[in-house]
Amino acid sequence: MNFYDTDLTKLHDDLVNKKISSTELTKATYENIAADDDDVKAFLTLNKDGALKQAAEVDQQGIKADQLVAGIPLGVKDNIVTKDIKTTAASKILSNFTPIYDATVIEKLKAQNFINAGKLNLDEFAMGGSTENSAFQTTHNPWDLTRVPGGSSGGSAAAVAAGEVIAALGTDTGGSIRLPASYNGVVGMKPTYGRVSRWGIIAFGSSLDQVGWLTRSVKDNAQLTSLISGHDDRDLTSSTKEVPNFASQLNDDTNVKGLRIAVPKEYLGEGVDENVKEVIQAALKHYESLGAIIDEVSLPNTKYGVAAYYIISSSEASSNLQRFDGIRYGVRAKDVENLEDVYVRSRSEGFGDEVKRRIMLGTFSLSAGFYDAYFIKASQIRTLIRQDFEKVFEDHDLVMGPAGPTVAYKIGSNITDPKAMYMNDVLTVPVNMAGLPGMSIPAGFADNMPVGLQIIGKPFDEQTMYNAAYTFEQSTDFHKQTPKLGGQN
Amino acid sequence: MASKIDEQQVKHVASLAKLQFDDDQLGKFTTQLESIIDLFETIDKVDTTDVKPMTSATDQVNAMREDIAVNSNQREALLNNAPDTEEGYIKVPAIIDESGDGE
Repeated sequence: MNFYDTDLTKLHDDLVNKKISSTELTKATYENIAADDDDVKAFLTLNKDGALKQAAEVDQQGIKADQLVAGIPLGVKDNIVTKDIKTTAASKILSNFTPIYDATVIEKLKAQNFINAGKLNLDEFAMGGSTENSAFQTTHNPWDLTRVPGGSSGGSAAAVAAGEVIAALGTDTGGSIRLPASYNGVVGMKPTYGRVSRWGIIAFGSSLDQVGWLTRSVKDNAQLTSLISGHDDRDLTSSTKEVPNFASQLNDDTNVKGLRIAVPKEYLGEGVDENVKEVIQAALKHYESLGAIIDEVSLPNTKYGVAAYYIISSSEASSNLQRFDGIRYGVRAKDVENLEDVYVRSRSEGFGDEVKRRIMLGTFSLSAGFYDAYFIKASQIRTLIRQDFEKVFEDHDLVMGPAGPTVAYKIGSNITDPKAMYMNDVLTVPVNMAGLPGMSIPAGFADNMPVGLQIIGKPFDEQTMYNAAYTFEQSTDFHKQTPKLGGQN
Repeated sequence: MASKIDEQQVKHVASLAKLQFDDDQLGKFTTQLESIIDLFETIDKVDTTDVKPMTSATDQVNAMREDIAVNSNQREALLNNAPDTEEGYIKVPAIIDESGDGE
């Protein structure tokens, strides 16, 4: 059972019609994880006993027609809190932490009787682009086990690409859903800021963080995004806008005729790998052949995006991570003399190097004498980045380009140079800065590795993005390719 | 713009952030932070005269909820996650340094 030849709708129908039971499906899922995950290392915690118990209950209750994910095992990134299931954010400081409540997104899935297959690896506190910053393990790319899966939702993307689960939840602060989706040849959507409640997401950059899905198909992704969206009183930045049934518009009539697609010249410029460029240009030509209108545009402040993003996200992180102090939960350093020792030693022993770098950068950017030159200046550039997009969206429906400047790189090749690592985010961070929705879909291969096409939409216009993504998917076969892992195919 | 960060400043920022580095780490972190702050300084040349800073991407405005007390009764569950407890309280080491060195 590797989920390659099915989708959510088919699985749901089979469950409703009792062609398969949730218990059978759940057992098959764990057999497949057992076969692959020693190589891929996507999961940090398996919820096997809990999942089988849940599955038995679902089988006994029967599956209602309006519960799309009932009885279906899904994966959850380990920075999303899950009641009674260990949640570590891939950090030593939370290695013993078992939440006593569920994140809103988990509550919504539980109301549908989903099965939580387990918790997926990430860069510690979602800070990184490769999962190499996980305190526990590095996830391997199923397409080439010597390469990174991208990050920070690398465990989620790799688990879906390897067919271990049919979909997994991720989070995206500066590209953490889209980059791994691109590197693993899967569909990843970061919805508009405010579309999905952040309550119960371990906070990193609160003005940038958003939850979303990694899936194999566009339609699955659209269905799942509708399920978790909507206003939540516990996150007052979550929007009161109505949540569309995104998937209802994906059918044989969906097309891109007359769709105005803007391609920023900065997204196909210096620093973007030539082979990646070729794949993206072919994808754009394909859209043109389907009736879309392609225009070159400029987003002139793109080149300042990485610097401004790392100032803002690190500043927010340094504030958010003050709560990890060894007092109320998490790991407390041993043999401490006084309270100051508890704070300093617990944090210094509990956080990994990348998290410490971000805390340092943020504390520095917010400190007296530097606040105006760094934090305020970066926030002004944020305004300019948003205005760049607003101008383009005056006469275009979507923006497109690569999700990342390269395909997945070799494990270990970038980890000693944090600045080089940060530059990989150049095409994804502007979307979070502006609060826009962004997705990555499989668009082809370079050096035998998947390449993702990034689609950026207007605020709360995920529908146009899904329509364009679906049209592309239905007229190409990149999404049907699967990694050769374990000789399954 | 400010001069680049040195080891003295890294130590100061670390103390603000309740972190500490040994000598080896201090050198490594200073070099890395210096290189990233170089990158940060590239934004200095952007003209931002009269540009308002953007600190939030939400279109929501502040909303009030009704002020109703709820008793979630989770004390025990919460305390289960605390590293050290006693009689329903979280226990921490002495706040006052008792080492007797006159500090």
